[in-house]
Amino acid sequence: MSLWTSYRMRVRRRLRLLRCLRKSRELTLTQDNTAAIRPDDILLVSIFRNEGARLPYFLEYYRELGVDHFLFVDNDSDDATAELLADAPDISVWHSRHSYKKANFGTDWLNYLLGKYGHGHWTLTVDPDEFFIYPFCDTRPLRALTDWLCASSVKSFGAMLLDMYPRGRLDAERYKPGQNPMEIAEWFDSGNYTLKRNPDLGNLWIQGGPRSRMFFADNPEKAPALNKIPLVKWNRRYTYVSSSHMLLPRGLNLVYDQSGGEKASGILLHAKFLDNFADKAAEELTRKQHYYGSVEYRAYLDKLEDGAGPWNEWSEKYINWRQIEILGLMSKGNWT
Amino acid sequence: MLVHTALDRVEQVARHWAAAGCPVALHVDLNVSRAAYERLVSALADQPMIRFCERHRCEWGRWGIVAASQSACELLLERFDNLHHVYLVSGSCLPLRPVPQLIDYLARRPRTDFIESATTADVPWAKGGLQQERFTLRFPFSWKRQRGAFDRYVRLQRRLGFKRKIPDGLVPHIGSQWWCLTRQTLSSILCDPNRDVYDHYFRKVWIPDESYFQTLARRFSTHIESRSLTLSKFDHQGKPHVFYDDHLQLLRRSNCFVARKVWPHANRLYGAFLNNTGAMNLAEPNPARIDRVFARAMEQRTRGRPGLYMQSRMPHPGAVQAPTSNPYSVFQGFSDLFSNFEDWLARTTENQVHGRLFAPDKAEFSGRTCVYSGGLSDSAAKRDYAPETFLTSLIWNTRGARQCFQYGPADRQRIAAFIARDPNAQISVITGAWAIPLFHSSCDFARLRKRAAELQKIETRQLSMLRSKETKAQTRIWSLAEFMETPMEALQEIVDEIGQTNSRTLNEAPQMADLAGFGQFLQNLKNQGMHPHLTGDFPLEEPLVVLPKRVSRPYLVR
Repeated sequence: MSLWTSYRMRVRRRLRLLRCLRKSRELTLTQDNTAAIRPDDILLVSIFRNEGARLPYFLEYYRELGVDHFLFVDNDSDDATAELLADAPDISVWHSRHSYKKANFGTDWLNYLLGKYGHGHWTLTVDPDEFFIYPFCDTRPLRALTDWLCASSVKSFGAMLLDMYPRGRLDAERYKPGQNPMEIAEWFDSGNYTLKRNPDLGNLWIQGGPRSRMFFADNPEKAPALNKIPLVKWNRRYTYVSSSHMLLPRGLNLVYDQSGGEKASGILLHAKFLDNFADKAAEELTRKQHYYGSVEYRAYLDKLEDGAGPWNEWSEKYINWRQIEILGLMSKGNWT
Repeated sequence: MLVHTALDRVEQVARHWAAAGCPVALHVDLNVSRAAYERLVSALADQPMIRFCERHRCEWGRWGIVAASQSACELLLERFDNLHHVYLVSGSCLPLRPVPQLIDYLARRPRTDFIESATTADVPWAKGGLQQERFTLRFPFSWKRQRGAFDRYVRLQRRLGFKRKIPDGLVPHIGSQWWCLTRQTLSSILCDPNRDVYDHYFRKVWIPDESYFQTLARRFSTHIESRSLTLSKFDHQGKPHVFYDDHLQLLRRSNCFVARKVWPHANRLYGAFLNNTGAMNLAEPNPARIDRVFARAMEQRTRGRPGLYMQSRMPHPGAVQAPTSNPYSVFQGFSDLFSNFEDWLARTTENQVHGRLFAPDKAEFSGRTCVYSGGLSDSAAKRDYAPETFLTSLIWNTRGARQCFQYGPADRQRIAAFIARDPNAQISVITGAWAIPLFHSSCDFARLRKRAAELQKIETRQLSMLRSKETKAQTRIWSLAEFMETPMEALQEIVDEIGQTNSRTLNEAPQMADLAGFGQFLQNLKNQGMHPHLTGDFPLEEPLVVLPKRVSRPYLVR
């Protein structure tokens, strides 16, 4: 790495940090339990909008995993989400009426909260429809993983998004609040992912899965990115660059081995394809708050009008992390 | 017992040892806060068998750990007369078998010192290239905190040719720091008149806790068993593996006395082994199963699964032996020459046979499905976005069943170089066979001539690539004319190599395309100035071979 590149990256990182401070004025703390955060706590940071149906199971799942405190940004929900979270002592909520898109798709808000509360903590940055799984997650709590990463001097842990979908039509089964979404969306694509190195930030650029297969068969380069680095031992000098896809400083993006070995990695089960998917897509299309001028959602709606789902005879039914590991989508690395 | 963290577990395990009648000397790292230390002391105040020794500051790779062990041992030898063995454990060690079993085991071997101890020249353990040098250079700087100074000072000493003198009578040995020594050996080490000389020397040795007792035991012991009674495994970075609740069965079956390290929150392990009152068991420790598990983990971390590309494995092209996971076959020209080649090959070899996977309009999967194994799409755009990944994914997704596909100069060419460099590829080429579909097509001759020239150019380039020294694929190349002389022999050779069935002879031939007039067609091309040299010398007359519909006798009768 040349001195010039290194300097350029530093400037870029500092600008981002400044920007997130400016953008922090868009956040209003409406539920403050941050005093309860202890030095060793594992924190979860997330942005949501109208996720009253999803959050009960989300909270249950991550509490079970061992998350100690939740930092939420409520992007102007108009459903009953706020009341749902109100009494929980392990949740702090910020409200923002401002544009998700103008906050660099929420990244500025995330960076602010992480910088302010996450310094020195293991932090998990996920969306409300993402469920983190990692090697041995059925027998070892999240703290076992973070302790091990600490002992190995590893500061960031990659987990690819794995789009989950139901068999048949998306609207065939209604999702009930509190239900495990993977009871409905229990299928996934096991081996159609493309990986490219991003020469700029050193991260891998992963695309594929059912969204690419169905909606972007003719222009695969436009397909959404699936690479994520959600688990980071945060430091106030760090910053996410684009959602939790990549970070600065760049060393944090090297969650992959380049000499043939496998580093340990996890998966974010992405329960996007549920019965309300078409409604969400339509709403996002009018709000225009997502990437590529919502080209993604436009493509979804065009294809989904006939109601056909992503399922096909090669779809794989989710069993557990070991299955995902054997299929080669995640790895135990040398953790055993 | 050397401890520095998880003091509640320390208390629990110390009580466990003491309850079985073993005196315990605790060394608490000086880095532990005074408050935490005093809490532990008062928590264990009711235990006359548990004593706290003088505290030292311990840092990985430095003298403090040895000093701590010395202080603890001195305390034990001084206070407790009827000891016959001293076992060094850490705060994250967990006794796996009931302590009476260990006592009995040691009582049956009263003169044996259990200490892993090997000469540096003979073991590959040491990390960072410092094998013998850890005994002949000085290491005043901390490897963890003063890495720059550490490295520079090592380089400086090397350049100056500096060499420390090893004290007389010592032969450097290294080994696991978790040992179990007899009272005689230990007191000989601690009461040796030369101890000051040795201590002074080892203070500047690197990682003395892996060499001090290991070396001195060689000097005083009468019977060394060079192995540790503590099960302790290290990964490729030299960091100890950690045991969790899900290792319970593995640890139970290992029959080891003590395991290190156990995760402090592994409640099930602590619960199970600290309340373990198994029947008397004289079995020797047998960590082979655990060894295998950890060896596999190390292998996965350092070598990975060949042919897999994923979020945490993205090898540079030159870093791995083969870019794909399994052997596969590529056929060029065969489906031009034989009209039912795909079906025939699938039937004969029982492999998965695809059409032209890299055809310009779409990927022709076996059965011409839109989606194939793993969710691969037949979209040409998706495939051409990353053709290498398309192929590696297909081979990975179908591992266990050999894949065969058709390829040729009319297909996308970007993948050709990749296949040629892949030792897993078996490539069979009939050069010039692309002329057969042209011969059968009804286009006007001027366009055919142009197309023939294009295809010939592409195939020529491809052949020179296949014949270059970079090619690692297994290749077989015939010109069309050459192939036509003995087609069954050629097919037999391939089928023998990739067939899944045991049948050694072909009993059915593929259907050959109608070649009546083909010689004349080639001649017409030549007459137009386009010489199809890749077909070989194809006779002007009718084809020379007629394949039998059914081969009833083996071809080798010939």
